[in-house]
Amino acid sequence: MRFLSRRRRHPLAGFVVLLLGLVVAGGLYSTLAPRSAGADTADARQVETGRQLFLVGCAGCHGKNAAGILAAKGGNYGPSLVGVGAAAVDFQVGTGRMPLANSSQQAPRKPPAYTAEETAALSAYVASLAPGPAIPDTEYTDPSDEADVTNGGEFFRTNCTACHNSVGAGGALPGGRYAPPLDDVSGKYIYEAMITGPQQMPVFADSVITPEDKRDIIAYIESVSEEPRYGGLAGGGLGPVSEGLFSWIIGIGGLVVAAIWIGAHGARVKKQT
Amino acid sequence: MSDTKTPTHTPVEQTKFGKRAGGPVKWLDERVGAAGVARGLIRKVFPDHWSFMLGEIALYSFIVLLLSGTFLTFWFQPSMQEITYTGSYTPLYGLEMSQAYASTLDISFDIRGGLLMRQIHHWSAMLFIAAMYVHMLRVFFTGAFRKPRELNWVIGVLLMVLGLIEGFAGYSLPDDLLSGTGLRFVDGLIRSIPIVGSYLEYFVFGGEFPGNEIIPRLYMVHILLVPALLLGLIAAHMLLLVYHKHTQWPGPGRTEKNVVGYPVLPVYAAKAGGFFFVVFGFTALMGAVLQINPIWAYGPYNPSEVTAGSQPDWYMGFVEGAVRLMPNWEFTTLGWTFSLNVFIPAVLLLGAFFTAIGAYPFIERWVTKDDREHHLLQRPRNAPVRTALGVAAMTFYGVLWIGGGNDIIATQFRLDIYAITWFCRVMVFVGPVIAFIITKRICLGLQRADKEQVLHGYESGVIERSPDGGYSERHTPLSEVGQYELTTHERVEVAAPPPAADDRGVRVPGARKARRHAFVSKFYYGDVVDKPSRDDVDEARHHAGHDGHELEADEEFRGVGETGVPRSH
Repeated sequence: MRFLSRRRRHPLAGFVVLLLGLVVAGGLYSTLAPRSAGADTADARQVETGRQLFLVGCAGCHGKNAAGILAAKGGNYGPSLVGVGAAAVDFQVGTGRMPLANSSQQAPRKPPAYTAEETAALSAYVASLAPGPAIPDTEYTDPSDEADVTNGGEFFRTNCTACHNSVGAGGALPGGRYAPPLDDVSGKYIYEAMITGPQQMPVFADSVITPEDKRDIIAYIESVSEEPRYGGLAGGGLGPVSEGLFSWIIGIGGLVVAAIWIGAHGARVKKQT
Repeated sequence: MSDTKTPTHTPVEQTKFGKRAGGPVKWLDERVGAAGVARGLIRKVFPDHWSFMLGEIALYSFIVLLLSGTFLTFWFQPSMQEITYTGSYTPLYGLEMSQAYASTLDISFDIRGGLLMRQIHHWSAMLFIAAMYVHMLRVFFTGAFRKPRELNWVIGVLLMVLGLIEGFAGYSLPDDLLSGTGLRFVDGLIRSIPIVGSYLEYFVFGGEFPGNEIIPRLYMVHILLVPALLLGLIAAHMLLLVYHKHTQWPGPGRTEKNVVGYPVLPVYAAKAGGFFFVVFGFTALMGAVLQINPIWAYGPYNPSEVTAGSQPDWYMGFVEGAVRLMPNWEFTTLGWTFSLNVFIPAVLLLGAFFTAIGAYPFIERWVTKDDREHHLLQRPRNAPVRTALGVAAMTFYGVLWIGGGNDIIATQFRLDIYAITWFCRVMVFVGPVIAFIITKRICLGLQRADKEQVLHGYESGVIERSPDGGYSERHTPLSEVGQYELTTHERVEVAAPPPAADDRGVRVPGARKARRHAFVSKFYYGDVVDKPSRDDVDEARHHAGHDGHELEADEEFRGVGETGVPRSH
């Protein structure tokens, strides 16, 4: 103790105390901080893998730092991905929309180019750039029995059917764009589409539609697409246009054939051999 | 043929059936005196052709509609009272909805056979109007609307308009999201009528849209008012048919003063009765295997909701298309808004379309100045301008149809919805003109081919090589029946324009009117290929005999028959 008390007015004493404080604080932080050191390096490795994949497959349009590439006449070749979040990447890459096969009005859904692991790496990389919507919990994307299908139906009709059609068969938008069909789209992607608003779709933030309501919407879509086709062949859920086609081609077409048949088999019409 | 026995005839009252039925029939006849009427009716002769049965499809669909509709009224509740749904369709369980919608869900899911009946009812409604259109096209293209049948044509047009109203009222009753959207369309249509529109809207809906009145009102219109009018007009249509007698195709022995065909009993009773069951069975089959109007998928009507792919049933599709194609013309003057963007394509077009159809027989009468009765039909090619006008109208209608389904076409064929709209905006004017020209040319070409056949026979399929190596196909003269059928139509005369002034330079009274008539007469008949005269045929025959180019269809003949079927097989 005398060693310390004798040197307590030493010119460097303040620095020593400061150093000590910093070491204690840093040590405490490193032991009490939520993430373990092992996960940290795994994450870092995933982000790095994602960055490498990004540089090969995405940077051509989105830029080496994912900040987007501006075109000379305004607009861009690829938008900035800073802040779009892991959910947006998971949706776009997981459904095969990205990478684009060619430049068109809208990126179509197609078989994904990346494996699930690679998609996760890309998501991790983009998420590391800036905070954004994360990939949702399965709690909300795999609707269980607690989901309220009727409530989901109300939200679906109010917010979704105007573009996606009442049975999710999709619809036309101006300029060759369209709202895609929702059949066999997994709950995760429906949820991600709602929180990120891909392409023409508006964002339905959690403040507008709560995660529980989103879960109900997914439950409604799934219950409707799983229900049997009451009433027979449905003509693709396209409504009165396909019904009109059926009534003319099958209905009138068939009945005219029947009329010709009856007309050809009159009372005194003998078949000539 | 020679071994056929001469049929023996037993009077019906002496047969076993006649002896049994005689008593009750006599009893009935003594009380209602129906035998006289029935005797005339069951001996009535109708000509035979498949195209004469198209109107029957409409009639039988109407009967199916009455039967299936009666079934539906047992459970349908025409009320806009809000209730909570507790039926068995779970995705809507516990939802607030109108009684009309809830009861339609009940019919679909909780009433035995209800969904089948609903689907039969809807399919037969679609077929009813479609059959009316094909029947009308048959009557139009064969000239069956000419004197004395103009009035029956007008009744037919009224039936068509009433059919549209009836169909639309029925489509609106379930109060689902789709039918509510359709009602909203009609609401806009009513409101687009300048100045009185908004008052009419309040009158029809009993207040602001949608109100609480419209479903009960439409129900009354759908099950009472319009069906009663339809029944009455169908009765008038049929009575006039019986009175005028049916038209027939020209042929040997068929004249303007007779009808060649079979009596109602037994031939047409069997044919028509059988066809009724074919139509009923066909509709039932469609109702059983093809889904129509899945109201549960649309959800209850809520004015704040709408669904992509909202369309009316096909028969209103052309109005929908016209509205979609119309540019957004709207202006406000003196506090009144004039929505020309809706008024022109919806109200004016709908009115003008059916007025034009209804007026056509009178327009053609004005051109032909023909006041004789016509009971023999015309082949479409022999009235080229009428046929071309008909096809032009069909093209116009078809382009509007495409416009009405532009969103579905865009998604199904990966097209740009604006591109489709612009295509239709141009084609709605250009398409009918192109269709008119092409159709008229085809008709004239067919007329020339007919003339050629009459004069030089048909192509026999026998190819001959001449000594110097050339190949030619021999022709065979048509049979007399064949020649008769191709030349029985009337020779048309184009009205000659009178001189504007006589030889002393005095203006001829009424000359302008006569010239105008001569102009349209020339438009109608100026290009018609006239049929060959008797002299032409004789000369051609004489000529053919000399150069030996024609082949007689005798025992040696190995070519094809008049219908193109090889004779040698």
